[in-house]
Amino acid sequence: MNRRAGKLLAAYALAVIAVLYLPIFLLAAYSFNSSRINAAWTGFTLNWYLSLFKNVRVLEALRNSLIIAGATTVVSTVLGTMAAISLSRYRFKHKAAINNLLYLPILIPEIVMGLSLLVMFSQLKIPLGKNTLVISHITFCISFVIITVGARLEGMRADLEEAAQDLYATPWQTFRYITLPLAMPGIVAGALMAFTLSIDDFVISFFVAGPESTTLPLYIYAMVKRGVSPEINALSTIMIAATVALILLGQFIRQRAENKNEQGKDDLTK
Amino acid sequence: MKRGQLMAVPALGWLALFFAVPLMIVVVISFLGRTPYGQLLFYFTVENYRRFFEPLYLNILFSTFGTAVAVTFITFLLGYPLAYAIARARRGWQKTGLLLVMIPFWINFLIRSYAWVIILRSQGVVNSLLLSAGLIESPLPLLYNDGAVLLGLVYAMIPFMVLPAYVSIEQLDQRLLEAASDLGASPLRSFFKITLPLTLPGIAAGSILVFISTLGMFVIPDIMGGAKSPLIGNLIQNQFLSARNWPFGSALSILLAFLSMLLIFLYYRALGIRKGGGLL
Repeated sequence: MNRRAGKLLAAYALAVIAVLYLPIFLLAAYSFNSSRINAAWTGFTLNWYLSLFKNVRVLEALRNSLIIAGATTVVSTVLGTMAAISLSRYRFKHKAAINNLLYLPILIPEIVMGLSLLVMFSQLKIPLGKNTLVISHITFCISFVIITVGARLEGMRADLEEAAQDLYATPWQTFRYITLPLAMPGIVAGALMAFTLSIDDFVISFFVAGPESTTLPLYIYAMVKRGVSPEINALSTIMIAATVALILLGQFIRQRAENKNEQGKDDLTK
Repeated sequence: MKRGQLMAVPALGWLALFFAVPLMIVVVISFLGRTPYGQLLFYFTVENYRRFFEPLYLNILFSTFGTAVAVTFITFLLGYPLAYAIARARRGWQKTGLLLVMIPFWINFLIRSYAWVIILRSQGVVNSLLLSAGLIESPLPLLYNDGAVLLGLVYAMIPFMVLPAYVSIEQLDQRLLEAASDLGASPLRSFFKITLPLTLPGIAAGSILVFISTLGMFVIPDIMGGAKSPLIGNLIQNQFLSARNWPFGSALSILLAFLSMLLIFLYYRALGIRKGGGLL
């Protein structure tokens, strides 16, 4: 590729990335605009943030989102990690079929999963609310956790576990002192993913949330449908900031794990 | 069974109970009848599947497919060069570029679509700018039409195209391009003869992700299209939440799920790639 074409391509990439971010930045900027209805800039204000923090229903939605994401993260990480360890370290009949089935919840359209859960809950007369939200969120997070932790375990050497067993470590000791610490970066990544997926989910929550259990995305949707209000801009901006912070944190953790791995390799070769 | 294998039971049992069973129930309901008030009637019928072929629903089906094809094609045209640029950048820039594409991907798509409402609505950013510049007399109708839906979908789907395309471009053997250039091929020619065909798996993976996600979409047409040109997703949502025709809604969902699975299956068959090779 000659240099002019390279420069053109780089300029194009920057332009597309700029367009990707333009709406997000504008949204954030307008959360500080004092005008209620017009896009014209009429002055800087923090009013929308202040009224947001006094809005009981927003705080309720935030609380719901955090409770649901917390419960989802704990359950799906524990179940998913157990399954990943089991699937990668032990023999199974029909292992390929099981692995394929694990991809299904990720590949099937979200709307289908959401409404099928709604149908089941209503046929079983289970009232919709936080419980059904948590159950549904765990269901779509488990596969992601299994695959994330599984990927880490695949890349891990099995000989350390074998060595531990040769040295008469019990299966529990092997698990506690070898497998678990080595799998930890994958488990943390899986947990972070489950938390983000749960906090962000709209489509499935839309079907299985009762009237008393609004989450933040559901609240934003209701606000958008009712009409534009600068409070949504403020709420969205806070959620954007939180998302970016979570991604950077995840990136940081991964980077640190990679550096540690590199160090470990160096130590071994010395 | 040994203890090690038992550890997989809770997760697999959970998925059986809350993923497989609900889907089975939907399959069963798709063959049932209903009263005018939405009560299920337990007899066997294929009426719900026959109903697709009524012109009204066939039209929605075709326009959904048309939209999905258009979104896939546009995201490819926009996303592939971006993926190419990132894959050909220096190592440090590659990481930054990928992160920059990933961040909007993780920001809630509801918020990202709503951001466009702020820009496009009649009192929005574009119209205020044009009005104050004196270029137009009255606001342009930029929102609540097919164009707005297309824009919103393309915007939401671009990362799905860029990431798999990036992976396959990055893995391309550079020596092939050097050899082509040694043999006198122009950069353009080696792009079309080598880069494009060899990165087809990534393009196909991205296309399938974009296509399937568009098929199941109902939020963006809802927010940016004003529900004027519904996709299958809107139709399904409507059957469950307003029309209370669960059997028909179930049949539509089964159709949607079946189409998605079929596309993924064909993708693996066509490319002969191992599971997890490019799609995730």
